[in-house]
Amino acid sequence: MIITIQKPFDKILEMTKGSDKLFLIGCGICATECQTGGETEVKAMVEKLKEAGKTVTGYSVIESVCDERRTRLEFKKNEEAMAKADALLIMSCGTAVQVATDLSKKMCVPGCDTEFIGMIERIGRFYERCRACGDCILFETGGICPIARCGKGMLNGPCGGQSKGKCEVGGWKKDCAWVLIYNRLKDLNKLDEFRHYRPPKDYSLIASAREVVYR
Amino acid sequence: MTTESFSELMKEIGEGRFVFTGEIEPVKTTNLHEVLETAKILKGHVVAANVTDNPTAFAYMNALVPSYMIQREVGLEAVYQMTVRDRNRLALTSDLLAAAALGIKNVLALSGDHTTVGDDPRAKPVYDLDSAQLVELVKKMVDQGVDLKGNKIIDPPKFQVGIAANPNADPLEPEILKIERKVNLGADFIQTQAVYDVELAKRFMDSVAYLRKPVLIGIAPFKSMAMMEWMVKFVPGILVPEEIQTRLRKAKERGGKEEVYKENLDIFGELVREIRKTTKAQGIHIMTIGFEWIVPKIIERSGIA
Repeated sequence: MIITIQKPFDKILEMTKGSDKLFLIGCGICATECQTGGETEVKAMVEKLKEAGKTVTGYSVIESVCDERRTRLEFKKNEEAMAKADALLIMSCGTAVQVATDLSKKMCVPGCDTEFIGMIERIGRFYERCRACGDCILFETGGICPIARCGKGMLNGPCGGQSKGKCEVGGWKKDCAWVLIYNRLKDLNKLDEFRHYRPPKDYSLIASAREVVYR
Repeated sequence: MTTESFSELMKEIGEGRFVFTGEIEPVKTTNLHEVLETAKILKGHVVAANVTDNPTAFAYMNALVPSYMIQREVGLEAVYQMTVRDRNRLALTSDLLAAAALGIKNVLALSGDHTTVGDDPRAKPVYDLDSAQLVELVKKMVDQGVDLKGNKIIDPPKFQVGIAANPNADPLEPEILKIERKVNLGADFIQTQAVYDVELAKRFMDSVAYLRKPVLIGIAPFKSMAMMEWMVKFVPGILVPEEIQTRLRKAKERGGKEEVYKENLDIFGELVREIRKTTKAQGIHIMTIGFEWIVPKIIERSGIA
């Protein structure tokens, strides 16, 4: 899940300054799950914007804004209302903002901050679990990702900053990923995996905007 | 694995001598005076001194220049600390080449305290390599004359590479396995975080005995009571036994600063003597930022010349 949080309303007003007429876009998947840009949140935002003196020319909650095919269809359906708007307010992730930018001629404004790829424990409790590094090593780290969860992204941890299994980053409150990895591999009787040296990563693979193109 | 000795530090260790090393911390200044004065105090009492690399992620003077200067001006061998926090593999490689050109013989490979605990927490942490991978880089340069990618080096460097260890680590097992990884990569010596308890030193020495690498146990006397209280409160990774805390507090009540210094001499002289007597440690690394004058006195008090 792409975890998002809504930008403060003041920030939304600041970003849309000079754009009096807005069209809102929500997302039916991640932003709905996070309760930052689903049907309910988009409707609430419409009301708040009206109260603040904006004109809302319409809104649409698209099943997955990041899927250009769906978004193109929805934009077609809403062509008229969108044409009247000065800007589009996208209550979804950064990818959604850019898909909307590509498909419309409007200024597209992010209504949310995109936080990370993470898990949902419950609403209000989201945790990062993957950095999308493109070279998954979870098979040798007991299913726990040190790239996302170690403050230093170490491949050969733990560092000297752990104490009682907690990490120095953030003041020893979060778990040290490498102690978690050690405990899990020990339980699995696979400490050899822990012992072995992992050489430096190849960052040339993620040097610029990545593309997956295979047909 | 036998270690070829390029540095005085490793030569003395190789000869079976019990060694002392010190620590010098360049700060946020363009002036080398303090660094050189500190080196003069340590010279003759320690075989080498660490020069710290932006400790606790504070942006200070680059460690390489003072490392070079204490060797050139004072004749005190440097242990050039290098963290992987601020430089990627290219910058580390080029600094290692420059270090060798300037006659640096010892490198201590560290991950470095995280940027978020530093004096500008907004900085982007680099961590292109981790500390084990830095050991691999140094060893490849020295043993194979190439960088990490295998590119050839003209006149490859000769370094000893040390690694850090924390005997206070809880849990200790993953720490030991991490040290093992670095020893397998070819680390020459192990230097520890501050230890305040001889039993802790013993346990640690027992748990790394199978690695058969020289260990320098770190000690960090207290410059002031404030420093001790800070350490106890804010550095959860370091264990200061109640007994030491009480002794120092009582000394302070008894006679202020002077008594605290005297108590330090008693406590740490004793600790050094005990470590020497009861463990197979090859030496002591003394961290005394800002009161290096106490180093010769502690060594003297320990009875080890």
